[in-house]
Amino acid sequence: MDGLRRHKSMFLLPGLLTLFLIIIFPLLFTIRVSFSGWNVSNPAMDFIGGANYTAMLHDSRFWASITRLILLAGGTVLIQYVVGFGMALLVWRETRGRRLWRVLFLIPMMTTPVVMAAIWQTIFHESLGPANDLLDMLGLTGIPWLTESGPALVALMTVEVWQWTPFMFLLLLAGLLSLPKEPFMAAAIDGAGTWRTFWKVTFPLMAPVSVAAVIIRLIEASKLSDSVYVLTSGGPGSSTETPGYYLYIQGLRDQQTGYGGAMSLTYLVLMIVTLTVVAALLTRAFKLKGDS
Amino acid sequence: MRSRPYTALVAVAVALTATACTAQNQEQQKPKAKAALFKSGSEISYKKYGKDYPATKAKDVPGPCSYESISRKDYSGQTLKIISHAVPVIGEPTQLHAKQFEDITGGKVEVVNVPFGELHQKILTPLQAGQPAYDVMFYPSLWIGDMAPYLAPVPKTYLNSPGMKDVTKAYMDVATWNGKVVQYPIDGDRHYLKVRTDVLMDPKRQAEYKKATGKELRVPRTWAEYQQTAKFFSGKDFDGDGKANYGSAEVTKRDDLTFSAFISRAAPYVKNPDVKGGVFFDVKTMKPLINTPGFVRALDDMVKAKSTWAPGGANFGLGDEIFSFGGGQTLMSYSWDDAFIQAQQPDSRIRNKIQAAPLPGSTEVYNRTTKSWDSKANQAPYFTWGWTSAVAKPSPHQQMAFDYLCFFGNEANTALDLTIGRFGVNPYRNAHFDPAFWEKQGWDKDVAESYVHTLSGMEKSTNRVFDLRVPGVNQYMSALANGVAAALAGQSSPQQALDDVAKEWSKITDQIGTDKVQSAYRNVVELEDNS
Repeated sequence: MDGLRRHKSMFLLPGLLTLFLIIIFPLLFTIRVSFSGWNVSNPAMDFIGGANYTAMLHDSRFWASITRLILLAGGTVLIQYVVGFGMALLVWRETRGRRLWRVLFLIPMMTTPVVMAAIWQTIFHESLGPANDLLDMLGLTGIPWLTESGPALVALMTVEVWQWTPFMFLLLLAGLLSLPKEPFMAAAIDGAGTWRTFWKVTFPLMAPVSVAAVIIRLIEASKLSDSVYVLTSGGPGSSTETPGYYLYIQGLRDQQTGYGGAMSLTYLVLMIVTLTVVAALLTRAFKLKGDS
Repeated sequence: MRSRPYTALVAVAVALTATACTAQNQEQQKPKAKAALFKSGSEISYKKYGKDYPATKAKDVPGPCSYESISRKDYSGQTLKIISHAVPVIGEPTQLHAKQFEDITGGKVEVVNVPFGELHQKILTPLQAGQPAYDVMFYPSLWIGDMAPYLAPVPKTYLNSPGMKDVTKAYMDVATWNGKVVQYPIDGDRHYLKVRTDVLMDPKRQAEYKKATGKELRVPRTWAEYQQTAKFFSGKDFDGDGKANYGSAEVTKRDDLTFSAFISRAAPYVKNPDVKGGVFFDVKTMKPLINTPGFVRALDDMVKAKSTWAPGGANFGLGDEIFSFGGGQTLMSYSWDDAFIQAQQPDSRIRNKIQAAPLPGSTEVYNRTTKSWDSKANQAPYFTWGWTSAVAKPSPHQQMAFDYLCFFGNEANTALDLTIGRFGVNPYRNAHFDPAFWEKQGWDKDVAESYVHTLSGMEKSTNRVFDLRVPGVNQYMSALANGVAAALAGQSSPQQALDDVAKEWSKITDQIGTDKVQSAYRNVVELEDNS
């Protein structure tokens, strides 16, 4: 038995080694780097204590980007959930062209984010883009999509919703297809209407899938930076800057390696804590809903 | 005690290996001799490298960098690694000349093209780590403060070549650090004004302008005139194509060289010919001057200019500026040569309807010594970075690397590269300031003369501004761009935005080390004050 156990461990070794190389080592290295003054003109791994963390606490741009991300991620994921659920319900039951709709709904998710953002940038182009042409045809004034703070945030959210609603749709549709039939039959026998059946049966039964889908999307949304890079480069001013993009500027472009390390770790910890709390709250909320 | 003989043995082995490697490297560096593939003075064209290249021809000019000389060298068995910007700007000529170099020397040349945002770290990180990932590097010349410690000085053989001797003084200065030429000049960049003459020289437009403003319509000489002219024509269809035209196209996208556009606007307000000792910092105290009244006025001007920009103009990157002016959408713009060359492409609808002129100036300039404005007409040309190239100090292929650069910038290649707008190679030798050369490309005499005289005039100016070429320059410029963008977006007033930039600059200086930045900044001040 002991020999077998030892052999089992040997099978795990490559996986553990890979895990160490690609996760544990970079994490430990980042922790070490975050306590160093490594920057563009000082490539030394010296020890400067918590100076980077102190500087980060006073970096209003970093904290503003985190607040912005919370609004962006929260807003877009909520919209994605509502729209995605609606789309999943549409093609859940027997609908004409159901298979075609399912494929069509998934196309945005299959597009490369950077390419997709570049296309949206053309759509939102203020003088050449079709978005303002459409408004013009409707007799409305063109919107400065990418040069005013409010519209730029709306543009960014539109892109996010467009690309990631299909993901929500996919998970929720899978959830709907796996639901047991009996509760629905019981509801029908009791004479429950469509809305009542949805609210009292479908929605509570979908709670576990919903929580998982929302959390997965929140994790993804917390890394939002590629579409920001292409669409607005964080502008106008810094009104669409997310932590991911700010980290890129500081850590990679300006090569503030030590400071970038401190920000990355803080951001990681913040995200882990926030998402854990959000997951717990969502589970509780859905459970309560199910109980009622 | 026992381990000592082993330690000694290991040390001897390491030393022998190192010596052997060095000897091998030195051996590798030397090319073998072979027969020349070109005759002296042969006609050169890029035709055989694809349809994308015009059939233009240039004569191979005899010298150590010529096709004839380089083709006598046999580099077979050696591989040169090069990092350059993404295609086409500088990246495309890097690739093209690499193919040619391979063809004529037999050596292998590997080119890695990297987007602008990643170039700095991709070059610097391996150098900092002591790993010579690339032998040759192409990058913006203002990074010299970061790069200089890792660069091999250009050997005398190359410095004495006729092509190098013809590089203008300004660009030899740009290539020099602490008295040594460490960058190999391959491009000359500066900001200047571009205008559409079909509008500004049109008597009907001139009469309309005079009637409306009481002033003569002419190529603007100050930023105030620029604003008035741009505002007058903005929103009008001045070229009769049924679409609205606009007054000014500027680089305004935060992370896309906005800092250079802002410095162009600030130059005449802050570069006082009577005040020495630094434009960006007071070189004696290293106190940032970026929030002094001259800079604030320039930012005020830039914010006001928003009304003259095309839709989306508040988020224009360099590419947008190139196509807005070069495509005929706007009346005026100011930045590098690209928009001008774009407008002069054979298929351009505004070809030969444009003119180059010095950057607008001001009627008063801030004097930071007396803390008041001096009333006098002032202009301050801005030599804004430009692409450069260099060889890594730890490169084991230094001779091959310098030969490649020498070939890249030989007279024939440069003559052909200058005519291909997308290459990003702009005049940097005295020979390039010849209107006849440009007329041969189909440019009208007036256009060619305005271009050549504007560029060569900058060389003669004694009141010039250069980039802030200090360690951490990206951080300083990133902070400046952020301040400019905040003011343009209405997030802060110009004064507040620049006060924030000044605070940020002080922090950066403290972080990098005041002595280090000050010592580097002295090089910049020396260029400006001695010009």
